[in-house]
Amino acid sequence: MPKDHGIGASPKRREDIRFLTGNGNYTDDMNIAGQAYIHFLRSDVAHGTINGIDTAAAAAMPGVVKIFTSVDFEGVGGVPCGWEITDRQGNAMQEPKHPILAEGKVRYVGEMIAAVIAETADLARDAAEAIDLDITDLPAVVNMRAALVDGSPKVHDDLTSNLCYDWGFVEENRDAVDAAIKGAAHVTTLELVNNRLIANPMEPRVCIGDYDRSSGDSTLFTTSQNPHVVRLLMGAFVLGIPEHKLRVVSPDVGGGFGTKIFHYAEEAFSTFAAKVCNRAVKWTSSRSEAFMSDAHGRDHVTKIELALDGDNNFVAVRTDTHANMGAYLSTFAPAVPTWLHGTLMAGNYKTPLIYVNVKAVFTNTVPVDAYRGAGRPEATFQLERVIDKAAIELGVDPIALRRQNFVTEFPYATPVAVEYDTGDYNATMDKLEQMADFAGFEARRAESEKNGKLRGLGVNTYIEACGIAPSNLVGQLGARAGLYESATVRVNATGGLVVMTGSHSHGQGHETSFPQVIAEMIGIDESMIEIVHGDTAKVPMGMGTYGSRSLAVGGSAMVRATEKIINKAKKIAAHLMEASDADIELKDGTFSVAGTDKSVAWGDVTLAAYVPHNYPLEDIEPGLEETAFYDPANFTYPAGAYACEVEVDKETGQVTIERMMAADDFGNIVNPMIVDGQVHGGLAQGIGQALLEGCIYDDDGQLLSASFMDYAMPRADDLPNFEVDHSCQTPCTHNPLGVKGCGEAGAIGSPPSVVNAVVNALRSGGADVTHVDMPLSPSRVWEAMQS
Amino acid sequence: MYEFEFETPATVADAVAALQGDEAQALGGGQTLLPTMKQRLASPSRLVSLSGIAEMSGVSADAGTVSIGGATTHGAVAAGAGAYPALADLAGHIGDPAVRNRGTIGGSLANNDPSADYPAAALASGATIVTNAREIAADDFFDGMFGTALNEGEIITRVNFPVPEAANYQKFLQPASRFALVGVFVARTSDGVRVAVTGASETGVHRWSEAEAALSANFSASALEGLAVDADGMISDLHGSGAYRAHLVAVLTKRAVMAAG
Repeated sequence: MPKDHGIGASPKRREDIRFLTGNGNYTDDMNIAGQAYIHFLRSDVAHGTINGIDTAAAAAMPGVVKIFTSVDFEGVGGVPCGWEITDRQGNAMQEPKHPILAEGKVRYVGEMIAAVIAETADLARDAAEAIDLDITDLPAVVNMRAALVDGSPKVHDDLTSNLCYDWGFVEENRDAVDAAIKGAAHVTTLELVNNRLIANPMEPRVCIGDYDRSSGDSTLFTTSQNPHVVRLLMGAFVLGIPEHKLRVVSPDVGGGFGTKIFHYAEEAFSTFAAKVCNRAVKWTSSRSEAFMSDAHGRDHVTKIELALDGDNNFVAVRTDTHANMGAYLSTFAPAVPTWLHGTLMAGNYKTPLIYVNVKAVFTNTVPVDAYRGAGRPEATFQLERVIDKAAIELGVDPIALRRQNFVTEFPYATPVAVEYDTGDYNATMDKLEQMADFAGFEARRAESEKNGKLRGLGVNTYIEACGIAPSNLVGQLGARAGLYESATVRVNATGGLVVMTGSHSHGQGHETSFPQVIAEMIGIDESMIEIVHGDTAKVPMGMGTYGSRSLAVGGSAMVRATEKIINKAKKIAAHLMEASDADIELKDGTFSVAGTDKSVAWGDVTLAAYVPHNYPLEDIEPGLEETAFYDPANFTYPAGAYACEVEVDKETGQVTIERMMAADDFGNIVNPMIVDGQVHGGLAQGIGQALLEGCIYDDDGQLLSASFMDYAMPRADDLPNFEVDHSCQTPCTHNPLGVKGCGEAGAIGSPPSVVNAVVNALRSGGADVTHVDMPLSPSRVWEAMQS
Repeated sequence: MYEFEFETPATVADAVAALQGDEAQALGGGQTLLPTMKQRLASPSRLVSLSGIAEMSGVSADAGTVSIGGATTHGAVAAGAGAYPALADLAGHIGDPAVRNRGTIGGSLANNDPSADYPAAALASGATIVTNAREIAADDFFDGMFGTALNEGEIITRVNFPVPEAANYQKFLQPASRFALVGVFVARTSDGVRVAVTGASETGVHRWSEAEAALSANFSASALEGLAVDADGMISDLHGSGAYRAHLVAVLTKRAVMAAG
């Protein structure tokens, strides 16, 4: 009998009632009396010198309140980068200024040049069209390798080159890795592209800046995954507003996928302009703007070498990656190809020697930053692809080759600086083999062949590092922020609880799953617990949601605060029952004295805390409210094994996914239904990357995939019925819930299995193909078949 | 979107009158025009809606002809053109339900998007496009990408499709837009076989005469063996090269013949 509440139950998501009935409260649903509207004039050239911006005619247009250009931002800081990388020589990365509005040059199509504030959005747009721009086009640089050639156009004239950094990891291993590869019995080499993606959350970005003349307080309503980080970065580094005079609110947010982590110039602009104009100002991104202004994801070009000994043991991995930063450094951009990527290059395998080289490059394109998985999908993809290629070259079974090299003893310290606390990679592979019926594959392949289709099977494993931590370590690695999480648990007099969590929910279901944890701890019903998030005026300083960290880090903070509540409540209960603290037990919402029939209810204790007539005032304070900050000791390491079966139309190259199976180890699980949903969503995005999605620029820096007419998002009928399992559970050893995180797994684990399956299918049809770059569009697959 | 006047005539005559004058634009279902206006890429001063003109709406069939009013939606054609199953099936697979409930056959033909479905059906069927002023054979109607024989202010009031003995439309989807990356409509009549190709060519919808000749002699997939389409002049973009499109033309033609039976 499955549980009907608490940890392990699958209650329906309480937030879905408002989302599905149109009662969500998204930023664009909010309007402030007297608000004006912003229209940003964006560059339509990728690279150019701004000779002049004549706003006189536009300023005279009807309804115009004010027009801003970069001169209005003299004395205002640029948009800061939140992570500094140190290069192989020990030097800091090159870090250009990222102005709010373009200064002197434009550097990508979509960069903001000017902003019109007007009485309506349409009037603002009308006036923006009347701004007379004088821009001299400059040659654009789009290709990363071309950007590093001497004489290439420079994105930033004040930098020495387009190279942001040249990072080596672990630099001390470099010579040993080189030697191991030179002396290896077999080396498999693969060059591949991790395609550039545009996140396209259903809700585009929105900002409302507001300024209260009486208090001097600024408020920003924004579609952010982490409002406190926005408040810190924007207040301290851009606008110089102390945090106690600045409130950032992120109400319901319609999907983030990483692209709403970052502090954007539009946010700083809105906050600044509200004060200047002395009225609220609102910007709602159009979908077209979103394509050219939301931070993009991925965009790595990699050469990976896998060296094996004569017994097919992995002896070394060496990678050489170019990572596109775009024109400016977005908030966490430098960390993605380095610490979120290099540290995962061991994968699930006991490869003793690893060296990762990453060259981060500026180009005349939209800034690139974290997208669901962030660095870990790139690591997993190249490793799992090169292993499959090695299996082909060596003529061995790809699953056996993986199993032979699995890490099997934990904790395991990798040669790339992280220590896996727990895991059982054979268990998830065993589970996958059960689910996938590999034995029946040949019969299914024969059936496909009858219909003129090639059938392929692809398998891979993955590991990810979630709940990035601890703060003191990431500080050494260049993070300019901490990575703890906070929670305040406020118990009301009548027994209900409010949890103010620094985690932010934008689809993850925290309002449902977080109460399950507290309900389990206290033994009360979830309906007594409310989750508050997304408002810096209500919630203690928190770090927000990304990297599958909410339950592992934010949930742990909530557990710690709840433990404090329970400890204090036990003292009150002991007083009420005239017993010793140590003898008090809490079960099913009732405090009892061990070995007696004495008990008091949860509500009796909470009432006593706020009406302390009969209360140990000499020992403890009244009230029942506790805060905890939780800083994890280590990452968590979810892992799993995925399989994909595809059919390929021999005549057209069209790939259809027939089966997609995921066996994950997420440690303990609070709400299995929500975990299923997270994996489903991740699989959809991973399959989207593998088959459909590709952000394409032409050589002049024009975005060709600039709308849904040309950027293919996965639709429901592109996807099979997913088979997912998370019964293999090796709990995390260092957080109180034993949870690991599940938000990114599907997006990390699925692309390699899809590509492995297609390559397998093509080879079965006689094509000598070892790799096809994503997205595996029909035309690309057809071209591969012609080889 | 800029400001515009909006006219809702009840008769073709009123619509034609309302379209006189500069920058007036007929509005069918608006599935292309309205997004273009929202992006401020089109700015007609007056929109003349054709959707309230009763004489331009509906599907009728008699004596081997299916006649469709110019303002008939794709959804209505899908539901009402059962006398010409290949045409009804084509209409039922244009866009998505929202598009099919607003988009019209007249609007699609007048726009002549190089990836649209209806131009292939009209050309392969040898349809007659009836306007307020004249009747135009499909062979004389289409004139390159987005080009037609229509004059300024001329309205497609009706499209008459002779029902072929056998027909089929094969559409290969562009992955993002789900317009036809390539679409091939094959129609067999007592006068021979017509093959119309959409999505593929830089000159828009066109007939594949070599395939028509081969299929007119022998209406079977084997008749197409050895026939290939020249990749020169085919559209090449991020969704596929000209060579790929040329290849798809042959594949889809074969499949259409097999499906038409």
